[in-house]
Amino acid sequence: MTTIITLITAAVTFGTVLMYGTLGEILTEKSGNLNLGVEGIMYMGGAFGLAGAFYYEKAAGAAVSGPLAIIIAIAAAFAAGMAASAIYSFITVTLRANQNVTGLALSIFGTGIGQFVGEFMRVSEGGYVALSNDLKGVFSAQVFPKFLVDIPVIGSILFSHTIFFYLAIAVAVLMYLFLAKTRYGMYLTAVGESPSTSDAAGINITKYKYLATVIGGGISAIGGMVYIMTTAGCVWNHEGLSGVGWLAVALVIFCMWRPLNAIWGSVLFGAMMIMYLRVSIPFIPTEIYKILPYIVTVIVLILTSMRNSRDRQPPASLGLNYFREER
Amino acid sequence: MLLEHNCAIEMRGITKRFGQVVANDSIDMRINRGEILALLGENGSGKTTLMNMLSGIYQPDEGEIYKDGERIFIRSPREAYGYGIGMIHQHYKLIEVFTAAQNIVLGLDDEKMDLRRTNEKVMEICSRYGFEVDPSRKVYDMSVSQKQTIEIIKVLYRGADILVLDEPTAVLTPQETQKLFKVLLNMKADGKAIVIITHKLHEVMEVSDKVAVLRKGKYIGTVNTSETDPQALTDMMVGHAVTLNIERPRYPEPKRKLVVENLTCVDNEGVRKLDRVSFEANTGEILGVAGISGSGQKELLEAITGLYPVKEGSIRFVRDDGSEAELVGMTPRRIRETGVGMAFVPEDRLGMGLVGSMGMTGNMMLRSWRNGRGAFLRKKEPEDLANGIWKELDVVTPSITYPVRRLSGGNVQKVLVGREIAGNPQVLMTAYAVRGLDINTSYTIYNLLTEQKMKGVAVLYVGEDLDVLIELADRILVLCGGQVAGCVDARSVTKEEIGLMMTQFNAKGAE
Repeated sequence: MTTIITLITAAVTFGTVLMYGTLGEILTEKSGNLNLGVEGIMYMGGAFGLAGAFYYEKAAGAAVSGPLAIIIAIAAAFAAGMAASAIYSFITVTLRANQNVTGLALSIFGTGIGQFVGEFMRVSEGGYVALSNDLKGVFSAQVFPKFLVDIPVIGSILFSHTIFFYLAIAVAVLMYLFLAKTRYGMYLTAVGESPSTSDAAGINITKYKYLATVIGGGISAIGGMVYIMTTAGCVWNHEGLSGVGWLAVALVIFCMWRPLNAIWGSVLFGAMMIMYLRVSIPFIPTEIYKILPYIVTVIVLILTSMRNSRDRQPPASLGLNYFREER
Repeated sequence: MLLEHNCAIEMRGITKRFGQVVANDSIDMRINRGEILALLGENGSGKTTLMNMLSGIYQPDEGEIYKDGERIFIRSPREAYGYGIGMIHQHYKLIEVFTAAQNIVLGLDDEKMDLRRTNEKVMEICSRYGFEVDPSRKVYDMSVSQKQTIEIIKVLYRGADILVLDEPTAVLTPQETQKLFKVLLNMKADGKAIVIITHKLHEVMEVSDKVAVLRKGKYIGTVNTSETDPQALTDMMVGHAVTLNIERPRYPEPKRKLVVENLTCVDNEGVRKLDRVSFEANTGEILGVAGISGSGQKELLEAITGLYPVKEGSIRFVRDDGSEAELVGMTPRRIRETGVGMAFVPEDRLGMGLVGSMGMTGNMMLRSWRNGRGAFLRKKEPEDLANGIWKELDVVTPSITYPVRRLSGGNVQKVLVGREIAGNPQVLMTAYAVRGLDINTSYTIYNLLTEQKMKGVAVLYVGEDLDVLIELADRILVLCGGQVAGCVDARSVTKEEIGLMMTQFNAKGAE
């Protein structure tokens, strides 16, 4: 029992990181932009989020405020993600370059920038960049009161997580409401399905593509920051972050572009990713565990294409640029 | 002045050019309320272009548009809606995963989003004009005619009182067409101005009040439907024959080269694209293929080259010694390996014919890459060939390695035709070989084809310009709805006769 509970809590911790990456990418892909640069965006989010919190603590000294540090870390990561996606949007939407190539280039660019910022901080600060232990505690603190956490089983499964998990769920629910219930969500879906139809209906394609991609990039970047500030213990750790962005891209497919699916999907993927640490079966190398999420994604793809459901399909114009005069 | 009162839209001196091509040449036209106007013309006569200027997709280069006597400028589809003009395009603009109601309100910012009220309003429009539609149904579950209905409702919902329908019956079954006509008559009774773009004469006669005819971008005239007949309309549509002075020598002794018998092809949706087509093509002869676009021309050529699956029938190539080779069921590569010399100049030059990002040499090599030695390419011969075509056909290009995509349409066609001819084919097939080319290049192509013919090649020329077909070809095969409407001697046939064969057959088929 305790093994399962620890597995679930650990899965949620890693799943939170994935959830941000996935939610951001869902928003982006809903506009028809396939941004493969999530990996790079999450690196940048991690590095800039850490930098934001670190330099804030350095400046504030003893007067440092925990909540403010969290807000600064989120804002810094979000801004970094927005900047990276703005580059992507400019190249693909305005200049109409190939989305796959641009996304891959952004991946490489973003991991490079993330590494650079992480290393720069290390070198300029003389060896070791970490927040003070107090502040570290703030980032990985449980938000719910102790009596809730102490409820057997349910307590640790539902209430023992950091603020970032509950924030991610809020983002997922809000995104669901936005897409399903509001006019602008409907317009965004329309843009991703058929830009030419939306254009004829008088919807500003460029605006929707830019906004969805830039805000989506910002949300994805928070995921990188959450990894560095929780799992990695507020230290720049590029190894743990590598591959997370790609997993988020796969998870978007797994979730069938639905934000609510991202909640359980990312926890499930999180569980598969950390299973090798908790449930070790002899003679099976850890790499096998690590490819599990991708295998599951492939199976989901096969199943959905076999069921041939018209509702569970990627946005119809995903990956295609729109150019009005081309007919 | 009763006429003035009825007039919803007046277009004066509308001219639209695309590069050198004049799509609309100072057209004057009126659209009246409570009337169905049929806009009639051959393919490429500028019908859709003219109406696109009304719906805000294009802006006229010259001329003025008046609505109710007031001059208006329509810069976008949205502005067109503002003026009460709605166009239903041939390709529906609908979001497949949305419901009918969602599609209808898409882009209407100023209205509160309330799908229940939308549904009510949609139902009201439906009952008023006799539509049958379920607003909460998803578009992907709908038939083509239901999708069209959504498009019409979309336009009406936005308050349009001037409706333009671009070939609305092209995809409908006869029953659905009747339903549509009933709705159109209801809308007419409601005082709306309706324009239908079409080239189907019997529909024009059936539903319209007035017919406006365009020919090659020029406005020919408007007549009352009740005072005209199909023959008179065909004459207006195709016009009097224009002399082009294309040289047409006779080849001494034509022999059978290609025999097509009962060829039937069915597309993915089960539609018969070709229906028991039979004909013979002879050496030293240009066989023109005429027909309204989409009558099976493309499928015919592709079936002969082995690209389109054949359901039934036979295509036989007659060798010089009189023996015959069956081509049905062979891949293009097998056909070439059996020693059947066929060349194909497809309609889609840069898609099917050439690789746009490669130079002339590279494109020449597409025909000869298998001649290389081991893994290495032999570039010498293609280079010589490219240089030869460059000089002989006056291709305007900086070098033979310059990407052909960046050449003008005429030069692209010269490269393609040059390459196809270089293989000394015995059968040469061309689809719309002069589409989009200027006069001089067109004549270059005509001369090349005639030259081939005099060498004893059997030439198949699919064309849309009847004047050219009559002067260039020796015989003309007329296709209509995938069937052979007739095969006539080009030297004695008149343009009107061909025009009638192209359109009348359709009428029979639909009844």
